[in-house]
Formats: sequence, structure tokens, C-alpha cells
Amino acid sequence: MSQAVDSETESEAVIRSVSGPVATATGLDAKMNDVVYVGDEGLMGEVIEIEGDVTTVQVYEETSNVSPGEPVRNTGSPLSVDLGPGMLYSIYDGVQRPLTVLEEQMGAFLDRGVDAPGIDMEDTWDFSPTVEEGETVESGDIIGTVPETESIEHRVMVPPDAEDGEVTSIAEGEYTVEETVCELDSGVEISMHQEWPVREARPTVDKNTPTTPLVTGQRIQDGLFPIAKGGTAAIPGPFGSGKTVTQQQLAKWADADIVVYIGCGERGNEMTEVIEDFPELDDPQTGKPLMARTCLIANTSNMPVAARESCVYTGITIAEFYRDMGYDVALMADSTSRWAEAMREISSRLEEMPGEEGYPAYLAARLSQFYERAGNFENINGTDGSISVVGAVLPPGGDFSEPVTQNTLRIVKTFWALDADLAERRHFPAINWDESYSLYRDQLDPWFQENVAEDWPEVRQWAIDTLDEESELQEIVQLVGKDALPDDQQLTLEVARYLREAFLQQNALHDVDTYCEPEKTYRIMQAIQTFNDEAFEALEAGVPVEEIQSIDAAPRLNRIATTEEYEEFTEDVETDIEEQLRAKY
Amino acid sequence: MKEYQTISEISGPLVFVEIDEPVGYDEIVEIETPEGDQLRGQVLESSEDFCAIQVFEGTGGIDRNASVRFLGETLKMPVTEDLLGRVLDGSGNPIDGGPEIVPDERQDIVGAAINPYSREYPEEFIQTGVSAIDGMNTLVRGQKLPIFSGSGLPHNDLALQIARQATVPEEASEEGENGEDDEGSEFAVIFAAMGITAEESNEFLEDFERTGALERSVVFANLADDPAVERQITPRLALTTAEYLAFEKNYHVLVILTDMTNYCEALRQIGAAREEVPGRRGYPGYMYTDLAQLYERAGRIEGVEGSVTQIPILTMPGDDDTHPIPDLTGYITEGQIYIDRDLNSQGVQPPINVLPSLSRLMDDGIGEGLTREDHGDLSDQIYAAYAEGEDLRDLVNIVGREALDERDNTYLDFADRFESEFVDQGFETNREITETLDLGWELISMLDTAYLNRIDEELIEKYYRQDVSADDAEDEASEDSETAEAAD
Repeated sequence: MSQAVDSETESEAVIRSVSGPVATATGLDAKMNDVVYVGDEGLMGEVIEIEGDVTTVQVYEETSNVSPGEPVRNTGSPLSVDLGPGMLYSIYDGVQRPLTVLEEQMGAFLDRGVDAPGIDMEDTWDFSPTVEEGETVESGDIIGTVPETESIEHRVMVPPDAEDGEVTSIAEGEYTVEETVCELDSGVEISMHQEWPVREARPTVDKNTPTTPLVTGQRIQDGLFPIAKGGTAAIPGPFGSGKTVTQQQLAKWADADIVVYIGCGERGNEMTEVIEDFPELDDPQTGKPLMARTCLIANTSNMPVAARESCVYTGITIAEFYRDMGYDVALMADSTSRWAEAMREISSRLEEMPGEEGYPAYLAARLSQFYERAGNFENINGTDGSISVVGAVLPPGGDFSEPVTQNTLRIVKTFWALDADLAERRHFPAINWDESYSLYRDQLDPWFQENVAEDWPEVRQWAIDTLDEESELQEIVQLVGKDALPDDQQLTLEVARYLREAFLQQNALHDVDTYCEPEKTYRIMQAIQTFNDEAFEALEAGVPVEEIQSIDAAPRLNRIATTEEYEEFTEDVETDIEEQLRAKY
Repeated sequence: MKEYQTISEISGPLVFVEIDEPVGYDEIVEIETPEGDQLRGQVLESSEDFCAIQVFEGTGGIDRNASVRFLGETLKMPVTEDLLGRVLDGSGNPIDGGPEIVPDERQDIVGAAINPYSREYPEEFIQTGVSAIDGMNTLVRGQKLPIFSGSGLPHNDLALQIARQATVPEEASEEGENGEDDEGSEFAVIFAAMGITAEESNEFLEDFERTGALERSVVFANLADDPAVERQITPRLALTTAEYLAFEKNYHVLVILTDMTNYCEALRQIGAAREEVPGRRGYPGYMYTDLAQLYERAGRIEGVEGSVTQIPILTMPGDDDTHPIPDLTGYITEGQIYIDRDLNSQGVQPPINVLPSLSRLMDDGIGEGLTREDHGDLSDQIYAAYAEGEDLRDLVNIVGREALDERDNTYLDFADRFESEFVDQGFETNREITETLDLGWELISMLDTAYLNRIDEELIEKYYRQDVSADDAEDEASEDSETAEAAD
């Protein structure tokens, strides 16, 4: 945030009252959503209500010892982010202040009243033009590139609100983000730096149906419940069900060009883990550092509540900027419930009439506005880009009927239901296969058929059917015991057990198992299917089920996932299974 | 310092005062009653001409003629190393008859958030000597790990056991032997009691004195008959002291907060008095933020030796972990330890139910160089086996043990032995981590190696106890090898 630095000071505006993160001011000439600076220390806030001469401000910082009578200064512009090269590798708080800069200025504890721009205004970047003098450019067009990180080429664009014109001067060279790199005959001067109000979506031409999956490297997600590039997904989970690990796995391994990870109202240590871990990891697709494509936003639960409310907007605006360049962006919001609670908290301070469970009546509208900013877009400069949004939801007490979960489910098309029961058994990822769904399956199948295997949909359906059957059989087993079941059903249980243990479970902490490419996902499913087919053939030939279960090749199915050179290993396992079973009849 | 005698309304713990000069939000207020009693409070809402004050000691004795003084600053905690060994009341005044406290510094009790970028990720194992924690839900320095309990359960005994036994084993400890005793590093315990009974409080104090722990402890005691509003500041005073000792004096501080349920009740009481819009079950909508501001004051800071580790204790109303207090707590803290009523009635001490318990920071605090290479795999396997045994118990209730096959019976035996040998160690036993792990292997070796799908094969080879499995699983094992041979 830097837009306030040079704005003029409004005179006579003073604080009228303070209560927690909400302050009112009189004599302030402000528009809705303007950013204001409150009190002697200049705490950043945003106008959220205007009534007569009284303006209500939500303050993004702690308000202890701020008293009525202190001045309020208006910047005249809404809450915006600084966009330009330098956002990748960065770690921001909820209003895009880099945490590294904050540490330099105030030490380990977050003090108040410090302002810092979101991107470094002094750094220089190597600009190479992609248009020539005399060419006509329109708003949104790409005029040049900057190597932002080792994996991402930053594309410098004409701001969306700029007038069209003919390029009168453009030159290669080293520039700071604020220096003009290109001039148009219409008088527009273009620099690498853009500002954009966070609550407003950046313009696009059209939204298309997504047909490419966001490959996550997680078997249950890619294999059974895929999400599309440009799709939306929700991960609801009671505490302790591994929601954050699931989110982090996606952020680490998803095959997006850019990842924006928002830690909204989460634990400090957890964010520290992300901040310490990510820089050490390499992107499995490019082998380059993971941070080279990542922007982190960390607003922990004890940081000011108003900044928690704004951090998802900050994140998605940054995501839109990269989408405009034609990139596939994946945005993880962990979690949207904390965001909704921040809304509730501020709403109750404003004494608004509450809706369901104390949440403001506009909860559903805000959620859908946010998720609608995801999608597979045709940009105004003709490129295609996408934003996939994965939002974590924390249903209090694991009750999915609460308003945030319900309103989210009405919007998202993929649902990965985390289950505390599975987590208790250390079945990770604890995604419940009965309750989860993906509405993208059909539109993504052609991609999987073309890129992985022709019979992908059939094998997947077989796995789902087997797991379904197991759920039904388990109910009976609970009553009468496993041995009371007929042989074929016992065998189904055995096969389903391998599906659960060898396929669905995936160890995020294991070097090899943490990422599983779609080919391997398919191969494991197929190997279990081989066991299934062979086992049922043996059963038909009269081999008792106990003997089928006792072959020592089958348990090796569990080790495919952790084997790096899995192709040969899997073939061996399949051959052994076949041989051992056929030897019995 | 401005003094007013303009109280316009007194309601519950709140006093509304008309003022003619603005006062700061959160500012501290002194109120003198006509009888001459001094009470303290804090500004909850501040406008130009009136402000709402929450009185810590309760509003008893205040009338409209009481005088109100605004001190012009927010609440501060006088901190010094000399606090160690002292017993203070819920507002931070000494009640042990000792000398007056001469502070080194006075620190704001609200406490600023630690920049996540400046934090150091906690990964130093703390040995509590309790197998169910060390082995299955390992605590690390800088973690916040609450105990979810219910009324009438021995959570206090467990907290005391941890406070008494917690050490960092030598090889994992960075600073070696510069401490006073063989513990290796300077350890301090801060104990904040909120609304607990005098009896419970005595239990803690007596134990502290008996074991000599008091001299490295600071006790803040807000008892059940102390004003509820005071409970709002007690944990903040305690955590401010903890931060001072940890980040300025390099202590490893263990903070025990008990009972968080009383704290939340106080929060609700004030919310109701202020006529706020209530959230779930009448608790204020900002309870999450408020709790986070307490719990998040645990951790480590890069470049600083000390650490703050928190063990908040809460009693779940009706043993219901979906109640807002445990629910919100669980979302902020890094795991939870469940005290279980059934295990308690079976006489298991400590009655920790490991299945729903969890330590989120465990994975990074264990393993080679920290505890032992086999720790992670072993605990995963025990979890899985115990969960399976638990499931089978339900089945046994219906069909009886005879109806189950040998494998299932082994799992049932495993679950029983796990509870009676691994978990039930008594409140006085202090187990080394290697002891805990060896015991784990002894139990898991009841199962045939073929079922140990979560343990690396090399580790099985190294640690699996053939002698144990031989008795129970002999038949099964020989059967297996026969069939395997037949297949070949």
C-alpha cells in the first residue's frame, strides 16, 4: 500500500469514537471504501459506512490507546494493491505490506502505523519490448517482458483503464517499476507498476468452459475428484483433519504457472512452516524453486481482523494480474471461514442486523462475488488465462449445515470432504470418497483419455464402484462380522482395502509419494484392478478366499506409491500376483 | 490525569462515564468508591463525551458518586526475572506475602502479533515423560497444545505431571549444559489460573512446593470467587510475563492456562452486559480473534534462544467438542490432547485417548537426530492398529470374541495392552522417549510383520521383536509361510 503517501491532508476530520477495530470519524469527506489514515499514528483503515457527517472506518491495525479527537486523513482512493514485477517470492500481510520489510522496520513483533509499498519501487528490472514504435496498442495489450524470476516471464501490459494509442517511444533497458517504459501518442505513459482496487475484478472479455485439469499430483484428487484449470473447489474439514496439509500439497504440486497462497486467519507457526518450507522446494514440472512462481499472503489469526477481511481480495487481485498475462493461476485460500468470521465480527461491531448464526446478510453475496472471480478467461489482450480457486472451509463442530459451508457449496463445483474419522486412523489425505464430488469429471475426461490412458474413465468408475460397494458391505460387517459374508464379498472388501491403502492414501511427508503424476495414479489403479480380476478368476476356479488373500505379492501393491521407479516394480507385482494366483488352480 | 465524578450508568461489570476530554481505547481507569476502595478497569468504548469502562474487580460498591481517573495508558505488566517463585493474584499483585516487586520494565499486556516471517518453526522435541504424549502426540517447543477435558477428570494431574517432568533431552538440546541442573536449559513455568476453585489452586501450589518447581514458576491466581472480568486480563498478564522471560531473558517458558472455559464465560458475560449481538451459543462473534490473541502468543523467534510453549486446559461443557470453546480453540492451537471419561473410569492414568488427540507439530519434532528414526512410522502404525482394535470392540459387543478370527483377536489384545501398558503409566512415572518407543515396539510386535504396512521394511528388521510375536502369532505366521511356499 503506498497510495497515501503523497495525498493531501484533509483538515478537521477527527475521530469521534473507537471500539476495537471500528472507529467513527466526523468531518471526513470520503467515499465508500476509501482508504483513510486514523489517529496520530496514522493507522490504515477503510471507510465502510457513511451516515450524515459520521463516517465509519474499519481499522487494519490494533487500536489500543487511540482516542477521539485525533485526526483522520483521507487518501481519496479505495484499497488497492501495487501490481508489477517483484510480487513473486514475496510474503505479504493482508493489505500487501511485505513481511520482510515490516521485520526490518519494526522487529519481530508487528507494530503499528508502518506503511510499505507492495513492490520494491527502487529495484530495477530488465525490460525488453515486444511491440515497436508506431504500432497501435490497446488497453491490456502486452508491450514487453521482464524476467521476473527464473521460471516466470513477467509481461508488461497497458493498464486496462488506459486509452488506446500509437507507441511513440519504447526502449529496452533497466527500469524501476515506476519509470515510464513506453509512451503513446495519446499521452499515456506506461510503467511496469499498476494499481488496482482490490474489491473490483479486473476486466476480461469472456469466460470459457474449462477443459484442462489442474493436475495436483494427489491421487484421490486427480484420480477421482479432479478440478479444472479455472475451476473452484472447497475443502471443508473439522479441525485436525489435515485441511492445511491438503492445501499446502496443492500449492506445492499443482501444475499452475503461478500460485497465490492466502493464509487467512490461520496459525502463526503454520504460516512460518510455509514460509520456511516453500523456498526450499523445487517445482516438479520445471525443477526451479517453487517460490519463483509463488506469492504468499499471511495474515495470521492474531493479526488485525480487518486486514483478515481484505486479504482474500488482495490475493485474488494479484492472481488476476498474472491471469491477464496469460498464465494459469491457482489460488489457495486457507481459510474462507476465517474471512467470513472477520466479516461477521466487523458487522457486529457496526450493529448490523445479523443473518444466520450472526453472519451478515450479505455473506452469500460476498462469497459468490469472490468465487466468480475464478474461471477460464479470455483476456482483453487476447490471451487465455485461468484462475482456479481452492477455498478451505472450517465448519464449526464439523457441522456442514452452517452458513459458510452451505453458501460455498452452492457455488463451487468440486468438493473434497475431509473427514476427522479418517484422520484419526491416519488415513491421509483424509478425503472422504463417499461424500466428495467433482462436477468437472465429464468435461475433463477427454484430456485424461488423450494424455494418460484411453480407459481412464472406466478404470476410475471401477474404483468408485468398488469403494461404494465396500461402504455398503461395511455396514453389514459391523453387524455380523466379516466371516459371515459370502466369499465374493469378502474378496471385494480385500480389493477395496488395497484401493484405500495403496491408492487413496498418500504420504505427504514421503519424498517420492508426496507427488504422484497422473500416469502413476492410473498405473496404481490399474494394478489393483489386475489383482481384482485375477482374484475373482481364482475364486471362480474354486480357490478359497483365504488363500487368495494370503498371497505375498498383493501386499506389495502398497509399496508402488513409495517406489520411485514404479513402472518396472508395478509390472513385477502384477506378474507375481498373476503367477501366484494362477498357481492355485 | 483527569478525574470525573460523572458516572451515568452502572450495569453488570460495566460503568458508563460522561467525560469532556477524549480518552484512548483500551486505556486503564482507576475508580475510587465512596468507601475508599480502589478498583481498576479498562475503556471498552470511547467516544467524545462518554465512555464505557469494564471494571476488573466487579462493580460492587460503585455508586454514581465514585470518582473515575483515567491513567492515560493501556494496561501494563511490570516484568522482571524476580517474578520467578512468586504467587500473584489475577490482576498481578503479589499475594504470597513476599517483598514488593521492583519491575525492570512495564510491558503492554495486549502484546503485538509476531511477524510470521520472524518466527522460527518449532521443531525441538520436549520430553514430557508421558508415553501417550511423547510417543503419539509429541510436544515441541513453541507449540500450543491444549488439553480437552471434562468436569471431574484429572486434567490437572496431567498438567502437573507435564510441568514437573518436561525436559529437552540432552542430544536435542542446543545449549548443552549451562543450566543449573541436569536439565540442560533454563526452564520456567507460568501458571495462570482463571476461575478455578481454591482447592484446585492449592493442589497446584502444594505440588509446586513439594517438587521445588515453585522457584522456577510464576503463579497467577484468579479463583472461582474472584471477579469474572478479571479473568480477561489474567492470561494476558501471564503471557506478557512469559514473553518477557522467553524473548528477553532466554528462558524456555511453559505456560499453563486453566481453565479456558471460565475465560470464555467471562468473555460472554461482558459481551452480554454490553448488549452485543451474540454469536454461537451466546458467545461473542469476536471470540475466535480474542482466543487467537492469547494462543498465538506461543512460539519461537528467529535469533532468540527462549521459547513460549502453551498448554491451555479447557473443560468441554457436556464433553462436547463441538461446543464453541473447544471448537474455536482446536482451530487455533496446534493439536489437542483428549482426556477420556471411559479410560478414566477404567483407572487408566493419565486417561489420554490418543485417537482424537493430535499434535500438528509432531512430524517435524521427531525422527532421526530428534527422537529416533523409527518414531514416525511406529506411531502411525500404533494409531492404525489401535483404531482397528477400537472398531472391533464394537463388533465384539454384538457377536462376541469367539466369532472373530485370529487376526482380529490379536488386534483386540493389542488395543487392551496398549491402554493398560502404554497409556496407563501413572501420574508419577517419568518415561524416557526410548523407553516409550521400545514399549511401542513390544506391543506392535504382537502383530505379524505382514500387517505393518506403515513401517519401513528396514525399521521392521531393526526393531521388530521376534520374541513377542512368537507366542501370539505363531500359528498364523507358520500358516502364512506355508501358503506362500505352496504358491511358489
